[in-house]
Amino acid sequence: MLNIKDLHVSVGDKEIVKGLNLEIKAGETHAIMGLNGAGKSTLAAAIAGRDDYEVTSGSIEFGGKDMLALEPHERVGEGLFLGFQYPVEIPGVSNLNFLRTALNSVRKYRGEAEMSAAEFMKLVREKAKALNMDPEMLKRFVNVGFSGGEKKRNEMVQMAVLDPKLAILDETDSGLDIDALKTVAEGINTQRRKDTAILLITHYQRLLSYVQPDVVHVMIDGRIVKSGGKELALELEEKGYADVA
Amino acid sequence: MAGTAEAQKQIAEVTGDYKYGFVTDIDMDMAPKGLSEDVIRFISAKKEEPAWMLEWRLKAYRAWLKMDEPDWAKVSFPKIDYQDAYYFAAPKKKDGPKSLDEVDPELLATYAKLGIPIREQEVLAGVQGSAKVAVDAVFDSVSVATTFREELKKAGVIFMSISEAIREYPEMVKKYLATVVPVRDNYFAALNCAVFTDGTFVYVPKGVRCPMELSTYFRINAENTGQFERTLIVADEGSYVSYLEGCTAPMRDENQLHAAVVELIALDDAEIKYSTVQNWYPGDKEGKGGIYNFVTKRALCKGKNSKVSWTQVETGSAVTWKYPSCILAGEGSVGEFYSVAVTNNYQQADTGTKMIHMAPNTRSTIISKGISAGKSQNTYRGLVKVLSGAENVRNYTQCDSLLVSSESGAHTVPYIEVKNPTAQIEHEATTSKISEDQMFYCRARGLGEEEAVAMIVNGFCKEVMQHLPMEFAVEAQKLLGISLEGSVG
Ligand SMILES: Nc1ncnc2c1ncn2[C@@H]1O[C@H](COP(=O)(O)OP(=O)(O)OP(=O)(O)O)[C@@H](O)[C@H]1O
Ligand SMILES: [Mg+2]
Repeated sequence: MLNIKDLHVSVGDKEIVKGLNLEIKAGETHAIMGLNGAGKSTLAAAIAGRDDYEVTSGSIEFGGKDMLALEPHERVGEGLFLGFQYPVEIPGVSNLNFLRTALNSVRKYRGEAEMSAAEFMKLVREKAKALNMDPEMLKRFVNVGFSGGEKKRNEMVQMAVLDPKLAILDETDSGLDIDALKTVAEGINTQRRKDTAILLITHYQRLLSYVQPDVVHVMIDGRIVKSGGKELALELEEKGYADVA
Repeated sequence: MAGTAEAQKQIAEVTGDYKYGFVTDIDMDMAPKGLSEDVIRFISAKKEEPAWMLEWRLKAYRAWLKMDEPDWAKVSFPKIDYQDAYYFAAPKKKDGPKSLDEVDPELLATYAKLGIPIREQEVLAGVQGSAKVAVDAVFDSVSVATTFREELKKAGVIFMSISEAIREYPEMVKKYLATVVPVRDNYFAALNCAVFTDGTFVYVPKGVRCPMELSTYFRINAENTGQFERTLIVADEGSYVSYLEGCTAPMRDENQLHAAVVELIALDDAEIKYSTVQNWYPGDKEGKGGIYNFVTKRALCKGKNSKVSWTQVETGSAVTWKYPSCILAGEGSVGEFYSVAVTNNYQQADTGTKMIHMAPNTRSTIISKGISAGKSQNTYRGLVKVLSGAENVRNYTQCDSLLVSSESGAHTVPYIEVKNPTAQIEHEATTSKISEDQMFYCRARGLGEEEAVAMIVNGFCKEVMQHLPMEFAVEAQKLLGISLEGSVG
């Protein structure tokens, strides 16, 4: 489903991703772990097509399409979702309006009709409920004044509503209390299907005990230096990154 | 003056002895090009105005001749040739239609293209049970469709074109006309007095809450036609009225002058809410063409505890010069100004408000949101003035500017003149650039570049938009998006 070959990404003059290879098949869940500053978020942003992140060489293929030829919103239309490490506040825009615009943009890209207001409300309420989100939060401005954990939960509601083929979740587990972590993990597991894939970026084994990955990668200094099964995460938790590097 | 001799000849041909009394048999739909006393006589005759009105116009014209065109700090434009414009244009039909069936289908089609809300289109089409928005459509100088007049009449509300009001309620018009914006107030106001061709008159009697929103759509459509609307709204004691004004103009190549005058008068405990969505042709991407909007809008809160709120969404015009203001003369009166001004490409907007606190315990609120894109210049210019006798005045001003491009400019020019020490004046101002993080977040949720900008900008304007009547707010939101098309990248 996702096939990244020899990817190099620069931000400004600085090269951050330095020849990265990654293949994720439908039905799989992968996890990327690695030191702060290794380039995990940069990789995620490059896959999503952030403007100021320049892909200097290499390729990203998603669902058989050349992602680098697509605009960021077209990538979303193709079924990509990025859960942000630091979700962004948009003052004056209600969560509901944001979600509805997002959903309808994606539907439009796919040549589908807009969802009616009633249908949309039903869908959102259902997803918010499954993720234990207070429906009142849907009326608030996007992420404005949300606590760290609330922001992450909001990302998950967005994912559930957009129902992507590939969800890249950048530290969605950080900042969550234990109950919230379980709810979020359930949300991720619901999204795991034969026709979908998940890429988790995390620092903690704890999430991976709820959402068991098929493959764990270790990223250091812009490259994947080691890959293994879920036991690799346990090993890292015990010994740290020193041995791997 | 060039063109005057020719103008005279043309008028003489069509009107005969126009100078003496009313001319009823005028086939000509347009006054000749140019401006002269004869053209003013032509307009007055065409409008079947009483003699006092013609005299009033001529006096204003003579005053205008002695005035100088103002010269502004933040807007620049080619010199306007006042002799190279038409001052009167009317639709082809001789009489206004008696019912909506008589409305030109082309006109209705134009309304549809302009995106006039279905609700109002239904009203225009006379659909049974359609919502009660009274539409007094000013189409090319003459009102061609007026609805709901009967129901308004039952409530005692007078809502008609100003030309009709001059004929039907001359005493009322005489009593209030130019009492808020004097004839010599400014160059364009004087010009308007001389040549105004249409506009709206509203009177809401004592204690009456106007049963519907009053709505007027302006549209400039004849080539080379200067538009000079005149609006006069009087809210008598304890009454309430909400008035919506919106407009668009089609593509055109030549700059057009628009110099309207709007006067609002609120007596004791009366409230007037005046909302504008302005979308005149701003010129093309290179800044060619577009409309010059030099409008004078002023409200007089004459009575105690009266209230006026101006809400405006300004997206159009090549050059905008506009300061809807409130004179707070009644004790405890309240003035509000909520504004969104979007400029794109080469547009120039210099807009803001004046709050003149003349009486004790008067309050005012100013919320201004300026959005600059392309190579445009967007200036907020505001005055808060407190006279010495005005005790316990309060004002709150908030001016936020959002830059969508790096080549655009945002300027905030607040003037504060306080002559009474008990006044509490607060002023806040911010300028920010549209954030990369917000853009990427929106785009990573499937929004195209322009959609993302529209969404962020709409959020930025929320505090103002929420003061617009519901249906208008939806329109205005779409308009913000449309206005910013092509502003990124
Ligand atoms: N816009 C930028 N300008 C300059 N440097 C940047 C920029 N964005 C990222 N970097 C740098 O790139 C490196 C990788 O950052 P990135 O956020 O991808 O790391 P990460 O692996 O996600 O780290 P963490 O685990 O802390 O989230 C860091 O050194 C960071 O400072
Ligand atoms: Mg990161």
